[in-house]
Amino acid sequence: MDGIMDLHIHGPEATEAERAVVDAVVGEPAGDRRDLLLPALHAVQSRFGWLPQGALNCICRRLHIPPAEVYGVATFYHLLSLTPQPPTVVHVCDDIACRINGGARICEELAGRECPAHGGWKRSPCLGQCERAPAALVVRAGESPNAFVLPRTTSGAIMASLGSEEARENDRLEPLRRSAPQSGSPGLRLIRRIGQVDPESLEAYRVSGGYAALGRAFELGREGVVREVIASKLVGRGGAAFPTGRKWEAVAKAAVKPHYLVCNADESEPGAFKDRLLMEGDPFAVLEGMTIAGYATGCEKGFIYLRGEYPLAARRMATALAAGRAAGLLGSDILGKNFAFDVEIRRGAGAYVCGEETALFNSIEGKRGEPRNKPPFPVEVGLFGKPTVINNVETLVNVPPIILEGGAAYTGIGTAGSSGPKLFCLSGHVAQPGLYEVAFGPTLREAIALAGGVSSGRPIRAVLLGGAAGAFVGPDQLDMPLTLEGARAAGASLGSGVIMVFDDSVDLGDILARIAAFFRAESCGQCVPCRVGAIRQEELLARLRAGKPIGSRRQELALLQEIGQAMRDASICGLGQTASTAIESALASLDPVPEQGRPS
Amino acid sequence: MSDQPMFTHPPPRASRPPAAPLLPEPKLVDVVIDGHADKVPETWTILEACRHRGIDVPTLCYLENLTPVNVCRVCVVELAGARVLAPACSRRVEAGMDIRTDSPRVRLSRKMVLEFLASSVDLSTAPEAQKYAAQYGARPERYGPPAAPGTLETDRHVGTAQTVAQPVKIDNDLYVRDYAKCILCYRCVQACGSDAQNTFAIAVAGRGFDARISTEADVPLPESACVYCGNCIGVCPTGALMFKSERDMRKTGEWDESKQQKTDTICPYCGVGCTLTLHVQDNRIVKVTSPLDAAITQGHLCIKGRFGFEHVQQREPAGAESPDVKLPEGVSSRFKAR
Amino acid sequence: MFGAGGSTSSFRETEDTDVVLLWGSNARETHPIFFHHLLKGIRRGARLYVIDPRRTSSTQWAHGWLGLDVGSDIALANAVGREIIAAGLAHREFIDHATTGFDTYRHGVEPYTLEYAERETGVPRSLIREMAHAYAGAGKAMICWTLGITEHHNAVDNVLALINLALLTGHIGRYGCGLNPLRGQNNVQGGGDMGALPDRLPGFQHVENDELRAKFERHWNVTIPPKRGWHLSAMFEAMEHKELRALYVIGENPLQSEADQARTRRLLEGLDFMIAQDMFLTRTAELAHVVFPAAAAWCEAEGTVTNSERRVQLCRKALAPPGSARDDIAILYDLARRLGHDWGEPSAEGVWNELRTLSPMHAGMSYARLEAHNGLQWPCYDENHPGEMFLHSRLWERPLNGPRVAFQPVEHDPPVDRLTEEFPLRLTTGRRLDDFNTGVQTSGYRSPLRRGESLDISPEDAKRLGVRAGEVVRVSSRRGTVEVPVRLDDGLRPGLTFMTLHFPDDVATNLLTIDATDPKSGTAEFKATAIRVERR
Repeated sequence: MDGIMDLHIHGPEATEAERAVVDAVVGEPAGDRRDLLLPALHAVQSRFGWLPQGALNCICRRLHIPPAEVYGVATFYHLLSLTPQPPTVVHVCDDIACRINGGARICEELAGRECPAHGGWKRSPCLGQCERAPAALVVRAGESPNAFVLPRTTSGAIMASLGSEEARENDRLEPLRRSAPQSGSPGLRLIRRIGQVDPESLEAYRVSGGYAALGRAFELGREGVVREVIASKLVGRGGAAFPTGRKWEAVAKAAVKPHYLVCNADESEPGAFKDRLLMEGDPFAVLEGMTIAGYATGCEKGFIYLRGEYPLAARRMATALAAGRAAGLLGSDILGKNFAFDVEIRRGAGAYVCGEETALFNSIEGKRGEPRNKPPFPVEVGLFGKPTVINNVETLVNVPPIILEGGAAYTGIGTAGSSGPKLFCLSGHVAQPGLYEVAFGPTLREAIALAGGVSSGRPIRAVLLGGAAGAFVGPDQLDMPLTLEGARAAGASLGSGVIMVFDDSVDLGDILARIAAFFRAESCGQCVPCRVGAIRQEELLARLRAGKPIGSRRQELALLQEIGQAMRDASICGLGQTASTAIESALASLDPVPEQGRPS
Repeated sequence: MSDQPMFTHPPPRASRPPAAPLLPEPKLVDVVIDGHADKVPETWTILEACRHRGIDVPTLCYLENLTPVNVCRVCVVELAGARVLAPACSRRVEAGMDIRTDSPRVRLSRKMVLEFLASSVDLSTAPEAQKYAAQYGARPERYGPPAAPGTLETDRHVGTAQTVAQPVKIDNDLYVRDYAKCILCYRCVQACGSDAQNTFAIAVAGRGFDARISTEADVPLPESACVYCGNCIGVCPTGALMFKSERDMRKTGEWDESKQQKTDTICPYCGVGCTLTLHVQDNRIVKVTSPLDAAITQGHLCIKGRFGFEHVQQREPAGAESPDVKLPEGVSSRFKAR
Repeated sequence: MFGAGGSTSSFRETEDTDVVLLWGSNARETHPIFFHHLLKGIRRGARLYVIDPRRTSSTQWAHGWLGLDVGSDIALANAVGREIIAAGLAHREFIDHATTGFDTYRHGVEPYTLEYAERETGVPRSLIREMAHAYAGAGKAMICWTLGITEHHNAVDNVLALINLALLTGHIGRYGCGLNPLRGQNNVQGGGDMGALPDRLPGFQHVENDELRAKFERHWNVTIPPKRGWHLSAMFEAMEHKELRALYVIGENPLQSEADQARTRRLLEGLDFMIAQDMFLTRTAELAHVVFPAAAAWCEAEGTVTNSERRVQLCRKALAPPGSARDDIAILYDLARRLGHDWGEPSAEGVWNELRTLSPMHAGMSYARLEAHNGLQWPCYDENHPGEMFLHSRLWERPLNGPRVAFQPVEHDPPVDRLTEEFPLRLTTGRRLDDFNTGVQTSGYRSPLRRGESLDISPEDAKRLGVRAGEVVRVSSRRGTVEVPVRLDDGLRPGLTFMTLHFPDDVATNLLTIDATDPKSGTAEFKATAIRVERR
């Protein structure tokens, strides 16, 4: 069906160069391959720094997509530009972890400086580099496009990056060790290779025990693998905590074919960087987890939907895929076991909402990243309308140890209600921000201690658990056990494992305003409660902070609750449903915007 | 064919009238709606089940002839045991569902949705939305007066409410697009797209509060794929899309629906036989629609059916004193030449 | 078809069928709302093949486009038939049960090999074969056509060639199957239903059937001539021979709509007397001796029309007609009175009820039922009859109900207006989405799509002729010359050109067209003119 229609395309034709870029992705008239839209847009964006209309028209013709729909998709993503941009653009993070570590000041400094013609900068939501805040992402378009991160950066470094060909991070292990301070410690399961084993070497991965689990999986057989995962009581590590084994079982048994596997690597939760470090530091483990999942659930095709702001993770995963294919670990007959499986990387293009699983499917399919209503659930109707297993990166990295150790043994790790190891992203005002692995169970206080405690030595004002979609807890809740049940009892959720610590120097109202702005900017705009609710919430917070309530402050707080309730109850997806929880949790107990208003 | 001898006789009649193959009857499932037990076909949506019981469920983005997109969320209902509310328009009934259409959570969400829309969109030509807003007690003034347009990212004025206000788009003689009145219900996109016309001249562009209906690169309609079927106008619930003639009459104050009659007739163009509903005021056609339940059109028309009526009212009337029969040379002065 | 002219199936069946052959039709633009139904079918998995010399917007929805040379339809259809037989895909059971003449047909199509058809039509043999197999192999399949089939000198033969395919495959008389001429005007079908045919009384009752004629004679208390009359082309023939001296033209603009306009003008001007009854003072009406200003039947009068799926529908009066314009029925009643027959008070429903007493296929269609059901499809024999969604289900009844249907072999015969060195280009004509026929009804609204008349030619021909887009050229046929701007259309193959009839006051396309007419239907070969294009 797709690919057959009468198209009406007006406007400029593609130049020779534009056509070549599109052709390289799409090839000859492809029809039926709308899923190549986002890759084609990426290619044009990386070559020219923006999306010229002629190139878009060329994509429309090649993929048989109406121009208005291509425009609708192109305008959905932050990293794509419909207007000319300089070839180098630096995305400077001003989100929570960066703004309290100098990111806000960097933006102020940059605002006062003139950029060269070939470079520019813009503010960015969380880049997922919170353990090395403040950070910026440099994106260079051209014949040899390039993207890299400036960690612990300054306005001077950013200005310099506009002018010079800065070397990328070439050392493969040292930056990883800094980001995962436990690196090299005994007893680690999920991050044991990070900073220790060359992430670009399949051989090194194998020497360190890699791909033993895949061999074991073939011995167990498809059903045996599903049995072990069910027995392990593993639940999804992306935030929703759905039992992974049940998901796999449903897809394995689905009659409709083909089945698809998707690795959700669109980590965009402010404060989260665990999936990034797993992919940067142990990409083969992600791949092995996917391969086992594909085997168990009858998938021949897997996709990694990888956040657009993660260039190094994308490179490492691509390297791993190529090595895996060359070694027969991916392809039409893996290890001679008559099992065909391959993986494709699809890069996001700057849209938090695409981390929502159904929005992610739409994004891969070349549509706007708007979430679908559920039911039907992905295990029945997922990617391309087919039964789909979608798992988060960390979830999949849990799979090899489960297969090797056995599901039952795995339940011995952690607590009765929360089995297994868990990654936490500690950032903000801690001495040693980074990625930490613990067995479910330590208290919040212990986790913070693991990261060296509060960096300033000042008292803790608040901790944000689970990211912008999570909740704030106060210093009185530090003894909360970090388990699913413990967080639930405290009215919070561990979400994607974000623990962001704020000492008492922080203006919590400013943090809330940033969170409100984040959801306003990241709402896809599809449903009314989220599209309008997010901006009304932001406006209301601004009124409170300015000390200019409409009616009384009490009325405003009641209205904020009503807004939150409607967003939570009536939004289509998790973005809208959680867009008010952090703000409401802070207002409930932390008095983030004192009555007298913000001193200005 | 017509001159074959056997056909000088009428063809034999079929023994019984031919009919489409019967589909199996859908299974009935037990549900509870507002405390009343009911048995309904499992193919029904919650909305169908509610309306069948005579329960008023408000809808804005839903329309019978389009695939439900459940984006306005004004139709949400509460399902016992569910974490969040469910859109009645798209959610199918399931055995054992305990549906509440008037719980405090439902009423709150509906009120807030209507309040959100009323505070951000010009609903002056959206009677349905106005009616619901009043019914659910929406108070858009709680968000402050409308902000000056175009201040989303910069110069935000604390205490005002952002709106979708923007200049009206008048780029052709047939219809206008006033997106300050757009609630982003997606109906026009669906009617232009796979639900009817399959032209795809418009789509949703942008994101979040900045999302809007747009042609590619926001070009004027004559530079787009638009074929002016006007099916987008036919489904628009807020008057954002409007016949230019209606907009002009509204501007001059001539538009008066109380003086309009609606008459169904058949389109004079081609042999498909589309039902046209002619909206007539002062013996002039001021708008053309088609009934949603007309089997042939399902409410959709083409450019000729929707806009081609002008010819009948461009005839200069012959004088009352003139006879029915007139020689050509005498006629031409009063009877506009074609 | 098979005794009563009309589409055999309903629009909704196109949503449920498996294969559609859209033959000589650009329904996307000429029948847009029918095409909506077809699109639903395509979205549900139906395959569409479009047979059209031009690569139109309809063809862009097709799984296969067969861009045949103008007027080679029979060569193609016969080759499809031959391939179906050769591949063993003919529906032998249906053929044996309900048809006659299969062997004659089989022999008749034997020379129409795929190779021959490729040569004659220009369509690759693989595509012909693919379509033949798709059509014959489908569980449900239908053929829909428009004027690309019927505006030829051998229009009826073209239709017969398509009917043969349906008989061959049994794609007739079943749900989702059928043969469907898409009517170009809102009451072409109704005109035929009401007996506006040279050989029929209302309800397709043959005037040469004594019993049927007697029924009407008794009812009207008149004597009806027992022989069929003239169709339109024969009327012009008769004018030529001075056998036809007076004409009463109701709602037609033959001066501009008929082929070979110079001849039409001469003949109309030569009449002793002409009445024109129309909403407008058309160019034809300007030649008339008497003009009756008429109401717009679709919105200023009551009555019925019959659509392309045989659905009789009510038209209702929404407006008072301007000035002294009157309802057609009232004018006819008055005229009858002046001629000495008092028919009483004119009433659309009264006339309709009289029809129901005389036409069995309309008997069950009371105004009340038409209103309640949004129209009813004929035949509808009594007030309990639902009307027929599709025709000819009798052919599947066991034992067979009624006579068998005959295959009618036909031979390919290329267009009359031959291409020569002097007139090397083929001109074909058709409609655009936003305009209608001679523009009488559509020139009144301001369509943003309207771009005036043009000679559409392929970029290759334009290059060869050295003409640019927008350049005004002289276009000549054996009958006349017009001047018209050029428009390049890469949907046209080299050698093929296209014009509409929508702007006759600017460009009288029918000065070019040929009045070579089909002897059976009287339709002129508007689709195939030989022309020459010259720079001014």
